[in-house]
Amino acid sequence: MTNVRKPAVLVLADGYVLHGQAFGKIGTTTGEICFNTGMTGYQEVFTDPSYYGQVLIMNSVHVGNYGVKKEDIQSDTVKIKGLICRNLEDRFSRYQAEGSVEEYLLKNNIVAIEGIDTRALVAHVRTKGAMNCIISSEILDVEELKRMLAEVPDMSGLELASIVSTDKEYEVGSPDAPYKVAVMDYGVKKNILACLAERGAYLKVFPADTPAERLREFNPDGYFISNGPGDPAAMPYAVENLKKILDEEKPVFGICLGQQLLALANDIPTFKMHHGHRGLNHPVKNIISGQCEITTQNHGFGVDPDAVRSHPDIEVTHVNLNDDSIEGIRMKSKPAFSVQYHPESTPGPFDSRYLFDDFMKLIEEHKLAATAEGY
Amino acid sequence: MPKDTSIQSVLIVGSGPIIIGQACEFDYSGSQAARSLREEGIKVILINSNPATIMTDPMMADKVYLLPLTVESIEQILEETQIDAVLPTMGGQTALNLCKEADELGVWKKYGVRMIGVDVAAIDTAEDREKFRQLMVDIGIKVAPSHVANSFLEGKEYAQEIGFPLVIRPSFTLGGTGGSFVHDKSELDEALKRGLEASPMHEVLVEKAVLGWKEFELELLRDKNDNVVIICTVENVDPMGVHTGDSITVAPAMTLSDTAFQDMRNQAMKMMRSIGNFAGGCNVQFAQNPETEELIAVEINPRVSRSSALASKATGYPIAKIAAKLAIGYSLDELKNQITRTTSAYFEPALDYVIVKMPRWNFDKFKGANDTLGLQMKSVGEVMGIGRSFTEAIQKACQSLENEAVGLGYYGKSLMKSEEIIEYIKTPKWDRIFRIKDALMQGVTIKTIVQATGIDRWFIYQIQNLCNIEKELSHYSIQDLPADLLKEAKKNGFSDEQVARILKYHCTDDEVYEKRKALGITRVYKMVDTCSAEFEAKTPYFYSTFEG
Repeated sequence: MTNVRKPAVLVLADGYVLHGQAFGKIGTTTGEICFNTGMTGYQEVFTDPSYYGQVLIMNSVHVGNYGVKKEDIQSDTVKIKGLICRNLEDRFSRYQAEGSVEEYLLKNNIVAIEGIDTRALVAHVRTKGAMNCIISSEILDVEELKRMLAEVPDMSGLELASIVSTDKEYEVGSPDAPYKVAVMDYGVKKNILACLAERGAYLKVFPADTPAERLREFNPDGYFISNGPGDPAAMPYAVENLKKILDEEKPVFGICLGQQLLALANDIPTFKMHHGHRGLNHPVKNIISGQCEITTQNHGFGVDPDAVRSHPDIEVTHVNLNDDSIEGIRMKSKPAFSVQYHPESTPGPFDSRYLFDDFMKLIEEHKLAATAEGY
Repeated sequence: MPKDTSIQSVLIVGSGPIIIGQACEFDYSGSQAARSLREEGIKVILINSNPATIMTDPMMADKVYLLPLTVESIEQILEETQIDAVLPTMGGQTALNLCKEADELGVWKKYGVRMIGVDVAAIDTAEDREKFRQLMVDIGIKVAPSHVANSFLEGKEYAQEIGFPLVIRPSFTLGGTGGSFVHDKSELDEALKRGLEASPMHEVLVEKAVLGWKEFELELLRDKNDNVVIICTVENVDPMGVHTGDSITVAPAMTLSDTAFQDMRNQAMKMMRSIGNFAGGCNVQFAQNPETEELIAVEINPRVSRSSALASKATGYPIAKIAAKLAIGYSLDELKNQITRTTSAYFEPALDYVIVKMPRWNFDKFKGANDTLGLQMKSVGEVMGIGRSFTEAIQKACQSLENEAVGLGYYGKSLMKSEEIIEYIKTPKWDRIFRIKDALMQGVTIKTIVQATGIDRWFIYQIQNLCNIEKELSHYSIQDLPADLLKEAKKNGFSDEQVARILKYHCTDDEVYEKRKALGITRVYKMVDTCSAEFEAKTPYFYSTFEG
């Protein structure tokens, strides 16, 4: 055979079994299955901390074509728990690439399976919903894999943000920058920090368990609440912290998990979606401006639309044109706003980068107002 | 804001006779547009000089005029029929030129007809290379350095300034006639003379040639609110230097990182928003330096094109149909995805398969024609293969060429020696892809082939995978052929006939079919649904493949 690879098995919690070939590390891995429809940007997706705990199906049929490159990462390690593909390419083409996807997965201890009918699998997940799965290239006994899979905890109720958050505080950008922003790191993507820093913000990034009092010592002009993995409802510590932050009346901007936490801080419940939104082509309408944006999305939880719409202090700013889900909200009484999608993209379109400009403008306005009041 | 209710009747301009470079794709777009407008209760009037089209079928429009595509005909129609608006973007460059001419003569104004979808300024910007270049410079998009020359001496001077290699493009000639590449000084004089003579106004564009750069095409839609979506990204397997219509192309792009793709997307959107009033489908072409990933804009076509017909088929997104709705005032977010019927038309299709388009040439019917490919399109048609891998798709495309190829894995045996083939594939010709495969079969290295052809090595790797399977197959007879190998061959697009011919003792395709049926290696059918199975599809179409 041209391609001698070890056999591997994929088993889903509902008993659906597919056979394929091993790729990356030989071993066994478990996690919640999800799919991403993006046709570019696999390395950015693999390293996005919001994917922690997920076994990822790439719908695009060829993965690995252009190898890997250090600048494309969104965190220092691969965050997905496992990878499922139709064709994983071990030979790549890109002058600027530093290595192949296979070497990269091996280095990061990621178990992957290829040769899978990903289309049938995606249709299955779309119909049956998100569930746990197991991939193995060392144990091929399906019954044993099913027993192992039964031990894996459900994603609902899992707090994962503190695992991917930074251990230590660190700074990004120049201390001489015009604005100071405190970043709550629940698994922040590198490009979010870059988008803020290049707009004139000096950032201090704080671990997930940092109390609001400690953030205040930095005397920031605004707060950023990051994206991250897991169930937001399992993060009461973060919600309480955000309530204290909101009490300061300073500008607050949240992305993805950040939006869910902002909702929870306003007593709006979150819920687990049937199979989530993950891809680079999600249509969003900004109902304030009337303009539309193609957005990058990666979320398995959402904010309750009825609770949002009936909340006296919350205004819906963005909606999803496919399923009418809530994509952006802002508070009426405070300078706080958030989006469910990823304006920093990487991977994905730049259509929504204006939100970082909006945040900076909000900070500037508040700084000016505060200065005026001070005199 | 929904559609503009002041438009009750629309004139659609067809593309006229079928010629190389302008064929049934415009019949397809014209028909789609007619249907799309009639759905809205709009009266559709068609003009086309070519009766051998679907669009001129009496069923397609409320009134069909089979008249020469001239301003006189347009006037005649406007005398006879009440028309509120004209849609010039469905009939290729012919329709755009005619509508522009009628505009210059004041015909539309005289009869109170609005031009919808595009305005004359946008047509001008896209067609006039100097205007295009200036606009690109103004909005900060890179283009190849160029100069318009009106004399031999001027041409030589600019050539010196720009440096070789160069392209000489005569102004106002159709389909690249009289244009040529100039690789060094020795070829310049003749190319300049030929170009100047070919141009009715004795004018040529002397342009830097980016030979060897990769070529990409983006199909976009823009609505009146400036919402823009990329419907499809098409990568040319052949590098710059071969007319897109003569290139083997692939969708989605296979060798673009997200960083490189977003750069292209951003620039395409900027270009599209800069060309003035426009609502509909548009095509933007880029060249990319493979080493630095630097981009230059090659051209913009503010109309549906040959590529948008392909992109519609490749993605399932009906570009012409939606473009017609945008022209009458709808915005993208007001329309539904025609395939899912539940999700929005404002989105970017995601593909979970690969499309390969191969041109079909008929050099055997054009005796004496030069079969080297270049600035002028020479193919007379094209085929499209769909597969769950590039290898499967290219095999299917090769099998559909109706030229005895039965796939890329088998096409007779080349009589050329390795050194001859390496020399041969340096020049783009219709059979280059088959000769590349021969070279790989003979053990020529990937590096040598990449150097000789400028084709991205990823594609050569894939063809090598096919060669490896073919070599493996040739060790077996139908009796001892392992099931795994047969399955791998089928997954990579080998036809039963192809397998039968490759096996050590040739057998019939029926024998291969019976064997794989017994082994349970059978076709499955997958959908082209615009969304990679994310949503349920109501009106998809299907292709066959092998899985498992």
